[in-house]
Amino acid sequence: MQEELVAIKGLNDGLLISLSATESWQSVTDQLAARIDEKAQFYAGANITVELGERPVPKYELSSLKALLERRGLTLSLVRSGSSTTQISAASLDVATDNHHAAPIAPEPARQETATVNPEETGTQGVLFRRTLRSGRTIHSEGHVIVFGDVNPGAKVIAAGDIVVWGKLRGYVHAGAGGDESAIVCALEMSPSQLRIAECVFRSPPGRRKKIMPEVALVRDNQIIVESRE
Amino acid sequence: MGGKVVTISSGKGGVGKTTATANLGISLASLGKKVVVIDADIGLRNLDVIMGLENRIVYDLVDIVEGRSKLRQAMIKHKKFDDLFLIPAAQTRDKMAVSPEDMVKLTDELREDFDYVLIDSPAGIERGFRNALEPADEVLIVTNPEVSAVRDADRIIGLIEAADKGPGKLIINRLKSDMVKKGEMLSSEDVFDILGLAIIGIIPEDELVLSASNSGVPVTLNMQSKAGMAFNNVARRVIGEDVPFMNLDENPGIFQRLVGLLNGR
Repeated sequence: MQEELVAIKGLNDGLLISLSATESWQSVTDQLAARIDEKAQFYAGANITVELGERPVPKYELSSLKALLERRGLTLSLVRSGSSTTQISAASLDVATDNHHAAPIAPEPARQETATVNPEETGTQGVLFRRTLRSGRTIHSEGHVIVFGDVNPGAKVIAAGDIVVWGKLRGYVHAGAGGDESAIVCALEMSPSQLRIAECVFRSPPGRRKKIMPEVALVRDNQIIVESRE
Repeated sequence: MGGKVVTISSGKGGVGKTTATANLGISLASLGKKVVVIDADIGLRNLDVIMGLENRIVYDLVDIVEGRSKLRQAMIKHKKFDDLFLIPAAQTRDKMAVSPEDMVKLTDELREDFDYVLIDSPAGIERGFRNALEPADEVLIVTNPEVSAVRDADRIIGLIEAADKGPGKLIINRLKSDMVKKGEMLSSEDVFDILGLAIIGIIPEDELVLSASNSGVPVTLNMQSKAGMAFNNVARRVIGEDVPFMNLDENPGIFQRLVGLLNGR
């Protein structure tokens, strides 16, 4: 049996989902999805209050949680958190926040041993590369990636968060690699050999582009769209 | 520290590294420099053939490294230039017979007596390339104006940068200006746009190169050849002269603009 990382109980106006503040975000959300899917019919349509304890949850993680709930017909209406990072994330996603801890899950002793892992580590960190990424180079990041230079054909950037290229993007990039559909990719010249955000795939149309300008790629209705920024 | 070690590399095979090395060696010698060229492509030697010195080989690079021959014994003097020497590769062994440290030791000895030590790197990114890269003061990357060669050059440039030998300079070999004009071949600007390296030479496609290589008289010695002239210009840029790029085309536009682009950087 898996450990209890997720507690779900009924409230007057919906459901309260309490998530462990210490386990990895990935395993917590995976278990949440599994728990909801077990009783999909029962939960459908509910208003959800999420209790996140002291865990700082960056925007892209909270947004993937929101998307996870919405895909299952649930509405995230309130976030309870003691972390200011989480509250800011919630505010930017237009989700109400409440910093009273109604029912935090008491961490069990066995779990406290693993709690030495700093929860920040799974979070908002990014890496900056101040050089052109040439063919054969691959970057993996749990956070965001900023490249101050070009991403050449044959180079690869895979990030759980966003990818910003201050230069020509001509290689392979995968933003939101953990499934976060709110991730974005932006570049001064957007000509990737392949661009992925979460599960969506985009290929540059063949042939040369006439006008080169900074562009942003994002997911809308399960499709990647590329918008120019003027 | 005396002479300068210049490694000629490419990543992809067949783009003209060996031809470039031979021609640069001859051009530098004709400019009055003392030059030794080393064929680091152990197991597949061919620099000696292109330079027309094949039948004079007694000892080779591996013999020097393993102590069977003195350095001077293995060096073959060119037929025409008294200050141009070749150290040939062994044909019977492989790249593991020489280590990067061996190459550093060897080139440090050569630096004392020569102005330029040119190393012809083998294709690929493995041991042979490491051997050629380790002693380098400067790296020239040869590429053709085609997508796969540029991709491999990009990979090599990344490795050169990682080894702190960068950024290196680019020789674009076998450019056909009529095909560029029709949009069927990458232009030198396209190559520059991807690789972002300073261009030290643009060599036009020239049938004389092949016949020259086959006859063992490198094309630089042929004053009729545009490619030969272009290689000569590369050599002059290597020794620090400011040589304008040749006009390879009736339409002067693109190369002039490229020169402007380089000067602007």
